[in-house]
Amino acid sequence: MKKLLSKLTGPLLFALVAMALFSATPVMADEEAGPVDEYLELVEASGAEYAPAFDFFTVSMLWTVIAAALVFIMHLGFATLEAGLTQAKNTVNILFKNVWIISIGLITYAVLGFNTHYPGAWQIENWVGIGGMIGDLNADGGDTWGYGGLSLAMTAYGDFIFQAMFAATAATIVSGAVAERVKLSSFMIYSTILVAFGYTIAGSWHWGGGWLANLGGGDAAFYDFAGSTVVHGFGGAAALAAVMILGPRKGKYQKDGTIKPILGHSMPLAAVGVFLLFFGWFGFNGGSVLSANPGPLGLVFTTTALAAAAGGIASILVSWAVLKKPDLSMALNGLLAGLVSITAGADSVSVLSSIIMGAIGGALVVFSIIFFDKIKIDDPVGAISVHGVVGIWGTVAVGIFGGANIMSQIIGVIGVYLFAFIFSFVVFSIIKAIMGVRVSEEEEFEGLDIAEHGQEAYSYGSNT
Amino acid sequence: MKLVVAIIKPFKLEEVKEALSEVGIEGMTVTEVKGFGRQKGHTEIYRGSEYTVDFLPKVKIEIAVQDEAVSQAAEAIVKAAKTGKIGDGKVFVLPLEEAIRIRTDERGETAL
Repeated sequence: MKKLLSKLTGPLLFALVAMALFSATPVMADEEAGPVDEYLELVEASGAEYAPAFDFFTVSMLWTVIAAALVFIMHLGFATLEAGLTQAKNTVNILFKNVWIISIGLITYAVLGFNTHYPGAWQIENWVGIGGMIGDLNADGGDTWGYGGLSLAMTAYGDFIFQAMFAATAATIVSGAVAERVKLSSFMIYSTILVAFGYTIAGSWHWGGGWLANLGGGDAAFYDFAGSTVVHGFGGAAALAAVMILGPRKGKYQKDGTIKPILGHSMPLAAVGVFLLFFGWFGFNGGSVLSANPGPLGLVFTTTALAAAAGGIASILVSWAVLKKPDLSMALNGLLAGLVSITAGADSVSVLSSIIMGAIGGALVVFSIIFFDKIKIDDPVGAISVHGVVGIWGTVAVGIFGGANIMSQIIGVIGVYLFAFIFSFVVFSIIKAIMGVRVSEEEEFEGLDIAEHGQEAYSYGSNT
Repeated sequence: MKLVVAIIKPFKLEEVKEALSEVGIEGMTVTEVKGFGRQKGHTEIYRGSEYTVDFLPKVKIEIAVQDEAVSQAAEAIVKAAKTGKIGDGKVFVLPLEEAIRIRTDERGETAL
């Protein structure tokens, strides 16, 4: 019976909507305006007159959950990229940390993250609003267009799952930077706290309606479309603090000032990882349109792709010129830098702007990676540069190319980056004092796979 | 009995194997090794930092032969593995005290 009813609802609503759309007689207008009519008014006001209202909501929700799955794919990307750029003897450890991060990220987001990210009630108004576990999000109209209106055309669960996938990406940015010497248990605790509280509180300032959204009385609000600052910048700044406390890998920085490179063990894995991230980014940026509105959606896909491409080309040209040889890992980082550059403004800049933004990001990341090595900040995957440094550029660039208030952008960057850095610094320091954050020198040389896991990633040859 | 050990350039392996086959030597053990003699390494660069690679990939071939066959085997290896360019490798001849065929327990020259 339920199935029959639900099968009929669609066509029935469609019929109602069609009737309403095509009738323009005063007689109809005199009738009491029901929810469908209200929605139609909203649809017309938004310029989306082409689509029957119910279909727009359904398609938007469909796109949202697909986008959530695409963002999930970024975890495949992170896992393979990190594994590729680190030594084979630590591969199990890298993959293990990535399994942990997606798992604990999703759980904490359900238990308290979502409601802390988007506070129902603030403990410290506009600054901290730690919330509780999500309940039945389909209840009370949470599964209708009434939940978010046209600008958030998804059900409450759709909103939750899309944002949940974002949350874990912030912690995984740190995992690459601390690779090959961080103590596993310490990292597991640190990343849990970072995802549960650090990421959500920082994000609440902007997306949750906090002080960044209220800058200039709301007129000069901070603008971060998909998270150049609140996701990437947050991760990069947190990573910097952790790496400063952790110290570099043994043997990387020689006493005489030279740098002894520690080679990644699989360039194919690294490349596959970056392409997976690129793929997932279409969901990351595309899903941040928060509806299937064709105009913005097409624009965002285009600016995202072009910025990535520009970043790749810029990195290739710059690294070739500076380093005399075309470096694959720099080219890969360049694609990512282009993507981070456009993440704050994908929906509000022109095609030409997106190319320029991506190109500058791609050039910037090469110099940033070299710079951090010079000041002995050891970052095996370049996470601090790709996400932290280029995140600043991506955010400020919206003030230059996209019409956001440049002061607000700078304030937002400083606010979130400072918070992320200090939060990470404090938590990591406390963990260090209690249990240490680094493996012993012998463990580091032996490899974390054997030392921490008693397993090898690659058991070549047979043992039967 | 002697153990003939040859270090050669990797791409020469097939040629050397065929040359040895032509003089009647069918069994060998091959290992991938790294090494250098007078051949200089090269400079590589990774994420902005340069480093030198001194150890170059080579292939080591080991064959156990009867005393009478040693000079033939060595000559075959040298001829097949030579390119005339630096890094061609070396051949060593070591005395071999004992040889045992595991499957049949044969010892001495019959085990070769």
